[in-house]
Amino acid sequence: MVKINGEMYDFAGKNITEMLTELDYNPVRVAVEVNFSIVTKAEYNDYKLKDEDSVEVVQFVGGG
Amino acid sequence: MDNFMNDNRDFGNNKLGVNPGMVLKNVLLKGDMLASLEGRVGKEKLDKLLNASVAVCGLGGLGSNIAIALARAGVGKLHLIDFDRVDISNMNRQQYFTDQLGMEKTEALSDTINRIAPYTEITTDFVRLDEKNVPVLLKDEDIICEAFDRPEAKAMLVETALKAFPDKYIVSGSGMSGFGSNNLIKTERRLSKLYVCGDMESDVFDESKPENSSLVSSRVLAAAAHEAHMIIRLIIGEEEP
Repeated sequence: MVKINGEMYDFAGKNITEMLTELDYNPVRVAVEVNFSIVTKAEYNDYKLKDEDSVEVVQFVGGG
Repeated sequence: MDNFMNDNRDFGNNKLGVNPGMVLKNVLLKGDMLASLEGRVGKEKLDKLLNASVAVCGLGGLGSNIAIALARAGVGKLHLIDFDRVDISNMNRQQYFTDQLGMEKTEALSDTINRIAPYTEITTDFVRLDEKNVPVLLKDEDIICEAFDRPEAKAMLVETALKAFPDKYIVSGSGMSGFGSNNLIKTERRLSKLYVCGDMESDVFDESKPENSSLVSSRVLAAAAHEAHMIIRLIIGEEEP
């Protein structure tokens, strides 16, 4: 199981792009950290989630 | 602090340097202001603030207000970055004057901060930040302040800067549009080194929610104040949001 923003998901083996799509995030509006390290957009397709990974996703909205 | 008369730092756009009398007056003013600040916050905190450097990325409703708050609080070095000029549409919430319309925001805000807090050392870059220049332009500052308006740009800056500088803190803004309650605006630590300030939801570009399609000074200011205050707390050593 993979922990994403505090919730458990059966996402081991999925890449970051698949994870974001399934959870309805907009990939160009997020920052993603896996086990306290940043994963960049260029790495989303190749970065495979593993069992017991801990993921944080922050999605930004517009205005400033 | 005690040696302000010997202070020979370059104070940015200060154009008084040609007149020795004015130079002395200005040095005395800076000394008086720093003494006043020390009386309010104490030497230990003021030293931390004066030694701190912050990059303010985006000088709109968030960034212009944040930079002024940081300068007033005594933050010693500000790096102001924006690619835009002062426009009439900015005047509803951004800290510019009508006689600055058309100026580069970097130059206009430098001038204003020099008038408010002449002890602040300012550097500027009139440029659009991207994946390539972020690792170069933001390398010198302790703390990075994200103050853009487009969510894609916010995500780019946060991701690029956290990757390039794993030890730096980033304070960001997300969700401050519309006329919703200011009590919904808060500061959260969302990643190891990322704090996000705002209501996290109201999106000025979301056409399905026209109630959020405007930016109101009193609400943008609340989010800007959250960002500035978190930066100040980090500088004095407080990591709790």
